[in-house]
Amino acid sequence: MSDRNTIRTFPEITEPLLITRSAQGKNKRQIPDPFKAGLPADLSEFINPEQATIPDVSEVETVRHFTRLSRKNFGIDQGMYPLGSCTMKYNPKICEHIANRIKNIHPADKLPMHNVLRALAALQRYLEEICGMDACTLWPAAGAHGELTGMLIIRKALQAKGAKRDTVLIPDMAHGTNPASCAVAGFATRSIPSGKHGFLEAGTVKEHLDENVAALMITNPNTLGIFEQEIGEIADLLHAHGSFLYMDGANLNAILGITRPGDMGVDCLHVNLHKTFGTPHGGGGPGSGPVLVQAHLEKYLPIPRIVHEPHQLFKLSYTPPDSIGMVHSSVGNVSVLIKALVYIVSLGPRGLLECSKTAALNANYLRVQLARCFDLPYKTPTLHEFVLSDKQQKDRGVTTLDIAKALMDYGFHPPTVYFPLVVPGAIMIEPTETEPLEELDRFVAAMEEIASLTQSNPEVFHDKPKLTPVVRVDEVWAARNLCLTWSMTESKPEEEVSK
Amino acid sequence: MTFPDDVRYTKDHEWGRVDGTRMWIGITDYAQQELGDVVFVEFQSVGTRLKRGDSFGTVESVKAVSDLYAPVNGTILEVNKALEETPELVNQDCYGKAWMIIMEMDDPSEVESLWDNRSYEQFVSAETK
Amino acid sequence: MSFIPHNPEDRRKMLATVGITDEEELFATIPEGLRHSQRLKVPGPLDEETIRRIPQGRVSRTCFAGGGIYRHHIPALVDALAARQEFYTAYTPYQPEISQGTLQSIFEYQSMLASLTGMDVSNASLYDGATALAEAAIMAIRAKNLRRILVTRSTNPAYRAVLRTYLANHAIEIQEVPFERTSSQVDQKILEAMIGADAAFFIQNPNFFGTLEPMDAVATIARRAGFFGIIVTEAISLGLLRKPGEYGPDAVLGEAQSFGNPPNAGGPLLGFFCTTQEHLRRMPGRIVGMTKDFAGNPAFCLTLATREQHIRREKATSNICTNQGLCTIRAAIYLSAIGPKGLRSIATQCVAGAHQIMGILQEKGFTPAFTGPFFHEFVVRMDMDKRRTLEEAGIVPGIPIERHYPEIQNGLLVTVTEMNTREDSKCLIETL
Repeated sequence: MSDRNTIRTFPEITEPLLITRSAQGKNKRQIPDPFKAGLPADLSEFINPEQATIPDVSEVETVRHFTRLSRKNFGIDQGMYPLGSCTMKYNPKICEHIANRIKNIHPADKLPMHNVLRALAALQRYLEEICGMDACTLWPAAGAHGELTGMLIIRKALQAKGAKRDTVLIPDMAHGTNPASCAVAGFATRSIPSGKHGFLEAGTVKEHLDENVAALMITNPNTLGIFEQEIGEIADLLHAHGSFLYMDGANLNAILGITRPGDMGVDCLHVNLHKTFGTPHGGGGPGSGPVLVQAHLEKYLPIPRIVHEPHQLFKLSYTPPDSIGMVHSSVGNVSVLIKALVYIVSLGPRGLLECSKTAALNANYLRVQLARCFDLPYKTPTLHEFVLSDKQQKDRGVTTLDIAKALMDYGFHPPTVYFPLVVPGAIMIEPTETEPLEELDRFVAAMEEIASLTQSNPEVFHDKPKLTPVVRVDEVWAARNLCLTWSMTESKPEEEVSK
Repeated sequence: MTFPDDVRYTKDHEWGRVDGTRMWIGITDYAQQELGDVVFVEFQSVGTRLKRGDSFGTVESVKAVSDLYAPVNGTILEVNKALEETPELVNQDCYGKAWMIIMEMDDPSEVESLWDNRSYEQFVSAETK
Repeated sequence: MSFIPHNPEDRRKMLATVGITDEEELFATIPEGLRHSQRLKVPGPLDEETIRRIPQGRVSRTCFAGGGIYRHHIPALVDALAARQEFYTAYTPYQPEISQGTLQSIFEYQSMLASLTGMDVSNASLYDGATALAEAAIMAIRAKNLRRILVTRSTNPAYRAVLRTYLANHAIEIQEVPFERTSSQVDQKILEAMIGADAAFFIQNPNFFGTLEPMDAVATIARRAGFFGIIVTEAISLGLLRKPGEYGPDAVLGEAQSFGNPPNAGGPLLGFFCTTQEHLRRMPGRIVGMTKDFAGNPAFCLTLATREQHIRREKATSNICTNQGLCTIRAAIYLSAIGPKGLRSIATQCVAGAHQIMGILQEKGFTPAFTGPFFHEFVVRMDMDKRRTLEEAGIVPGIPIERHYPEIQNGLLVTVTEMNTREDSKCLIETL
């Protein structure tokens, strides 16, 4: 690949733990000192006579430390993350800029909070419109938090009807948070198989609908990227049985402006703002998982609710009597909510529709080409993502893991691997709509070269990646010799390394 | 993959070696291969009463945590402390040094209902097809 | 504005490769009856200038509000470093080879939190202090097969509410331990009567009223509980007070928003969770471990992942996946920037300021509701009219607490931090 030959790197300095640079007197920061007073005497029994054991370093050392660390990271602003079901799209900078405005607002400050709540009320309306639902809560801090909230709502609705149902049906390709969230909500879960064409069949659901079934949790499109075409029938079956349909909205990026969960018969769903609505992933968060419901479930939404009397300030109400209660100590990840709001109005209705159309086009552009050199287990048409497997490479000793690691040497973050579980050696690819054609072509070329090398030189894969800041990491050693804080390192890795 | 004939097997990939009224229990070669490098093992305490199918502990690798299931009814007499220090023994010698617990069987005749090595080997071939 | 990079030529080329004439053909698997044929009724597309003109409210110039979310000085370098794309646009560090920046930052955060709380280990964050309490309760119940959760009534009301929501469908009784009317410290006699090996006991210190709890005495009683947890909602206090770990808890958890994260109108926050070696494998959330790569270099990776949802699924320690990521990195940067002396100094300022402001209010005739020793928050009785007077002068007087504690009439929780100034004190004196 000609691109790789022109890569040059600046010598990077390996950065030790900052505590190793610590020495008394290095930190000269001038702390604000408005009160110029000491501690009252009656508190002495509560005070720790010693100072905290955190690094005592200068500002320049702090900045160099974290700057050098950051240079060992990959980010979307650098290159593509074709991670299936993560929707790693570009994070627009205008969203960061506007969200920055609210940072100094304390939630008890009524006037600025009125503006914030007015904006959040608008976000609620827009999400309701996009999803075809009737009501919304913005407080869950992540998708899994939203799932839990949704399942608690369903549980309360069932209790209100006097129904004692404790089982949730979950398709075999569901994300791990689905059954985990059900467990936290107090449900048992039962895995049901998807059909051989890669979508859930109404007949299967019918077979499993017994008197214990509270709900079915579906992802649509599912984790194979396939639209759950029988969802309408499934919703009818569940409703006739007195059960609910919950949707994991992680893959909403495939259907914006094209179809809406509310129209599919979904009773309750969560969306992931850090996926579909382009808010940054931050190395693991903060995200946001708003939950939307149909009218019959509105009264169970968590408190507080945003309320507004004409000519009055937007406020929060804690009085709704049938609410499941609070799910967050405050009002969710507000800055993330503002970023999503800015994203929606930046795109507008046409922009949102184009997202989904281009997401599908980009994904199918990759699928058509990669299916020539990798196994594509399901031939059903896919939308914004698709799943390959390592079936054609395995007998040469090259696995999905090896393929993923090799991709890093081409300047890509690997796709999602070994998920969904229904495909052994799964490689789930979702480019999103913000990838330029040149980047997509580069990805195809990389994958084709990997496929070709598997045939000619399979042995080169086992020690890839070679060009990354560190090579493959000993995760077994990490788990056997748990070293989770720097005080646990007093003896081990440095010794091991020097052997 | 090995299937010694001096032990009986369960569909959860445990083996049991009978010694009078006692049974030594561990996981099979197939199980340890599927798990990968074992990093941690944890057992219920000595004296715990178990019904057949109850969990007597967990075995953990970097990619999975599996429950361990009692093959027969009984009481835990001993647990293998060596595995706490050296969990990798499970990968190295799963039928020998990496025995996990010793149970006092309630009813030794229950052993008859467990598989012999040939039946277990057939089961594993079917699973891996 | 569209962030899609394709021009018409790109699109034509791609359509040709796929073998279609329009993207519409890709949606054939969606039943016709489910197609949304209208335009979505949302505004836009708006250009950046139009968006910038959206009115923004002005922050009150003087603020005495806390109650779980705190205003603190954040050095400029925290924003500068956290704005690096490598940190904020990065994904969860599942692929360690290209995530060492995130991983090492989190490892340093874990180290600092464990050290500050006096515990063995910390996780890589939870959503907020309230969900951290809920997770701790679930962990305690599973670890020791418990039937009851005891929590002090002087623990943040929102935390107790979230705890109740999380445990609604588990057969667990939640009991509240009352506080002494005069001091607002926990009623030790009643606690002694309620405690038992079948219960987990949680206490917030400093408590919601800002009062410092008699932790030595509490620890003695708490020893008889099945599980003992200490909640900290003002992380700055860890820079000055005796370490919670000294009192022998099984877990120390709460809110670390004060470490480098601004109030942000309510979030994102930063739930922290620290525990002992004994409970390590039951701890919810991600954990970063130190190891080496196969070339022998020190390296970091996520570890103990088998307990998490993506592997253990319904048997996972928690359902958490996305956590508070960047907020955690900000906390690590903040603590590194502030340093041990600085942290202590900030905490001292907060305490000194609160006592000064309390003095001013007392002089003006406002009685404190409690007599106990306090950190940087306290409760005074101030009626609606006086609060409105302050608000009209551009002062956020504090947080009214009657809704949660009706017996404290006109109760107002006042918080002072190093962000308050001499002018704030003057303004208060003049307005009242």
